[in-house]
Amino acid sequence: MPFIPHTDAEVRAMLAAIGAASIEELFDEIPRELHAENFAAIPEGVPEMALMRLMSERARADGHYLNFIGAGAYEHHIPAAVWQIATRGEFYSAYTPYQAEASQGTLQVLYEFQSMMASLTGLEVCNASLYDGASALAEAVLAAVRAQGGARRVLVPRSVHPFYRDCVRAIVRNQGVEIVELEYSRETGATALEALSSAKGAIAAVVAPQPNFFGVLEPVDEITDWTHAHGALAIGLVNPLALALVKPPGEWGGAGADIAVGEGQPFGAPLSGGGPYFGFMCARQALVRQMPGRIVGRTVDAAGSPAFTLTLQAREQHIRRAKATSNICTNQGLMAIAATIHLALLGPSGLERTAACCRANTAALARRLAAIPGLRRRFSGAAFHEAVLSLPRAVAPVLEALGRERILGGFDLSRHYPELGHALLVCATETKTGDDIARFAAALERLLAGEKSC
Amino acid sequence: MLIFERSVPGRASGAQLPPAPGDAAPLPERLRRQRAPLLPEVSEMDAVRHYTRLSQMTFSIDTHFYPLGSCTMKYTPRAANAAAMAPEFLARHPLAHAETGQGFLGCLFELQEILKDLTGMAAVSLSPMAGAQGEFAGVAMIRAYHRARGDAARTEIIVPDAAHGTNPATATMSGCSMREVRTDRDGRIDLEALRALVGARTAGLMLTNPSTLGVFESGIKEVARIVHDAGGLLYYDGANLNAIIGRVKPRDMGFDVVHLNLHKTFATPHGGGGPGAGPVGVAPRLAPFLPIPLVARAGEGYRWADERDLPQTIGRLSAFMGNAGVLLRAYAYARLLGRSGLRRVADYATLNANYLMAELLRAGLELAYPRRRASHEFIITLKKLRDETGVSALDVAKRLLDKGVHAPTVYFPLLVPECLLIEPTETESKQTLDHFVGALREIAAEARADPQLVKSAPHSTPVRRVDEVRAAREPDLAWRGA
Repeated sequence: MPFIPHTDAEVRAMLAAIGAASIEELFDEIPRELHAENFAAIPEGVPEMALMRLMSERARADGHYLNFIGAGAYEHHIPAAVWQIATRGEFYSAYTPYQAEASQGTLQVLYEFQSMMASLTGLEVCNASLYDGASALAEAVLAAVRAQGGARRVLVPRSVHPFYRDCVRAIVRNQGVEIVELEYSRETGATALEALSSAKGAIAAVVAPQPNFFGVLEPVDEITDWTHAHGALAIGLVNPLALALVKPPGEWGGAGADIAVGEGQPFGAPLSGGGPYFGFMCARQALVRQMPGRIVGRTVDAAGSPAFTLTLQAREQHIRRAKATSNICTNQGLMAIAATIHLALLGPSGLERTAACCRANTAALARRLAAIPGLRRRFSGAAFHEAVLSLPRAVAPVLEALGRERILGGFDLSRHYPELGHALLVCATETKTGDDIARFAAALERLLAGEKSC
Repeated sequence: MLIFERSVPGRASGAQLPPAPGDAAPLPERLRRQRAPLLPEVSEMDAVRHYTRLSQMTFSIDTHFYPLGSCTMKYTPRAANAAAMAPEFLARHPLAHAETGQGFLGCLFELQEILKDLTGMAAVSLSPMAGAQGEFAGVAMIRAYHRARGDAARTEIIVPDAAHGTNPATATMSGCSMREVRTDRDGRIDLEALRALVGARTAGLMLTNPSTLGVFESGIKEVARIVHDAGGLLYYDGANLNAIIGRVKPRDMGFDVVHLNLHKTFATPHGGGGPGAGPVGVAPRLAPFLPIPLVARAGEGYRWADERDLPQTIGRLSAFMGNAGVLLRAYAYARLLGRSGLRRVADYATLNANYLMAELLRAGLELAYPRRRASHEFIITLKKLRDETGVSALDVAKRLLDKGVHAPTVYFPLLVPECLLIEPTETESKQTLDHFVGALREIAAEARADPQLVKSAPHSTPVRRVDEVRAAREPDLAWRGA
C-alpha cells in the first residue's frame, strides 16, 4: 500500500469503532449492480524504483534538441532557485489560500505577483492567474462583452496565435459572442489599419497583440485609439517579457488599453510539453468587478498588522454561482509563485537584458538564415523575438530532416497561413549562442542544397 | 515585509544576468517603454530568504493535516514530481513534432487508457486544465450533441441545490440556464421534483456522486432514467471520485460524460491554488465532440489527434496540451498504485471518514445526515454549539489552526447551517485522526468555558484574524511604490 499508513490492527480497531465487520460493509449503500470488478486495462502497481526507471527511460528516449521554436512557448533560462523554492512542500502541497491566517505566505507571494504584473502592463489591477494565455484571452473577451452590456462583436486580428483564436472561439461560442477576424498586411506582418475601418456594426472590444504571432510589433497606439473612438474596449494580448522593452498596454494610445492578458510562461515555467503555464489578466480599476478568478488584497489583522486575504470574492463561482464572472476555481497558483520568484531574481535590469538578448539573437538568426540561397525574411515590420522566413520548398519535410539532426527548426506556418506559402517561424531566445545559430544555419543550408541536387 | 521593501537601487542577482546582447535595430521610439517596471532590486540570497520565509508561513499537506472537504488533500508523492521533472520532459517544446516525443506521448496515451477503464467511458481527452474547465468541456459537448441532432432548444442544465458553485457557473459560461433540484433530508435527490423539472428544454443534469452532502446517491439509476427519458444527458462531476475509485465506474451509473480532478483523486499537488487537470471521459455518442488535442495510436507509436480527426470537436481549451506536466504526475501516481492500489484508495478514504464520523459523534458533535454512511467525507453541523455559546463554525475553523490542523471546508454545502465538511483522505493515519477528534473536543469545551478564546482565534498563526471586510471595502490589490 504505497501511501496508506494503516496496520491490520488499526483497521480492526477502526472498524470496531464504526461498528462494521469489514471495509466492504462501508459500501453497502451503493447498489450491488454498480460494483465493478474488471479493471483489466490498468496495470498493477510498481515500486518507486521501477517507476523512476520507467519514466527516466522514456524521457531519455525523447532526448535533447537544439530548439528554435517559439510560437507561444519560449525556452528561457530559469534560475535554479525558482523551482527549488516553488517545490518546497509548503508551496507545492498547499490548497487555495481560503484560510487566510494559515496561508499568509502564499497570499503575500500572490500579492507581489499582482503588483509586478500590474506594473509591467501599466494597469492598476491584476488577478492571481488564469489557466494559460489562450484561455485568458477568452476570459478577457467575455469580461469586455459583460462590461459593455450590449454589443457582442469582438475584433481579433489574424496575426493572433491561431491556437489562441481557436480557443477563444471554443470558449465564447455558446454565449453568442461573434468573433470577427482582421487581416494583416502581407508586407509588414502587422494588422492592417484599413481592416479595422471595414468592420461593421457595434463592437464590444478589439484585441491588439504585442508582439503578434509573427513576432512583429503592431501599431497598438492607433488600434487602441480607433477602438476607443468606436466605443469599444481595447484588449492587449502581450508577451510579458517583451514589456521590458516595449510600451506597456496601459500607455497605448491616448487613454491606454483597458485590459491586458497574456501567457506567463516566459516567467519561470519550463516548456514541459505545453504546460502547466499560466495566464494573467490585468485591467483598469474600473473593470475589477468584471475580472474572473481569484484576487489577493492587502488588509490588516485583528491586531492592526498588515495581512493578506483573497478578496472581492462576490465575483466568483463559490459565492455568486450562476451569476459569477467565470466558472474558474482552481487556477495556476504555483506557476504564479514561480513567476514571482523568477521576476525577483531577474529584477528590472535582468529582465530588460534578457528581452534585449532574445531580440538580438533572433535578429542574428534571421540575418544568418536569410543569407542562405533561396531564403528571405518575409516581413518588414519591427520585431521582438520571432521572425518569419520564406523557404524555397515545403517546410514540413525540412523540419523533419532537421529533427533527425536533433534540431527543432521552427514552426511551419503553411497550414494556418497558406497565403504565406512555404513560411517558417523561428525564434532564438537568450539561451542560444552564436555557435547554436551557426549549427542550425549550416544544417539548413546543407539540407536545402542537398535536396536541390536530388 | 514585501520584496519591494527589500529593494536597493542598483542591486541585482548578478548570476542571472545573460551576456550583453548583440546588435539589433533599435526599437522605434513610439513603441518603446519609457519607465522601468516596479520590480525589486535584490541579491539572489535576499530573494531566496524572502520566499523561503514566506513558504514557512503557509499550511500545507507536507506540514499539516488538511481535512478540507471536497478537496481531497492527500499526500502528493515526491516521486511523481521527480519523474515529471526529468530534464527531457521539461525541455520538450509543445510544438515539436510527435516523433521527437514518443516517450512523453506514450505516458499520456496510457493515462487516457487508465482513465477510460476507471470511468468506464469510451474515450478520454486530457486537455482541460482544471475541474471547472472539464465541466465546461462536458456541457459544451452536451450542447454540441443536441445541436448536431437538430435539438437546439435544449439549453437547461439541472443541478442539485447542494452542488459546487462551479456547476451553475459552468451552465452560464456554456450559454445555458440553470435549474435547481432539491435534495431530501437524507441527502437524496427528490425524484418527484426532478420529474417535474425535466422536459424538452433539458440539456442535461450535473451531479457529483457521492454528492456534496457526503452521501452516495443510491437512486442514481432512477435519476439517470428520468433524465435520459426526457432526452437529456448526465454529467458526472468527478470532485468526489476518491470515494469510489476502482469500485464503481461512472458509466455504469448511467453517466454520459465525466470529468476527473487529477489534483484531487490522482494526488497531483494543489500548488496553493493550482495548477490542476480536469480530463473528460465520454460515452460513445459524445466522442466526436471531445476537446482537442488527444493522443492517438500511430502504428507502433503515437501522434496528436486534432480537428482533422475530430471535425465535430468543441475545439481547443488551451493553446497547447493542457497542463501536460500535471498529467505526467498523475500518470506516475497511477503506475505507483496500479489497479489494486487505486481500489484501496476508495477503501481507506471511506474507512477513515467513517471512523472519524463515529468518533466525532462519540465526542458529542452533531451529524448533518446521521442515518447515512459517510462516503469519503461527511458533514457535521455546529448549529447547536452556536446557539448555546455564540461560537460559529468559522470560529471553530480558526481555532483548529491553533491546534495545528487546517480547517475543514466551512459553510459548504450552503443548505446545512454552521457546517464543517470533513474529508480526511486515505493517506492519514489513525493517530492523526485521533488528534483531530481531540482538538475538536477541546474546542467544544473551550467554547463553553471561554467563548471569547475561540471567537478571537487564531492566536498562534503568523497573523491574527484577518479583516476581510476591510479588504473588500478598501481594495489594495497591488503595491505602487513607497
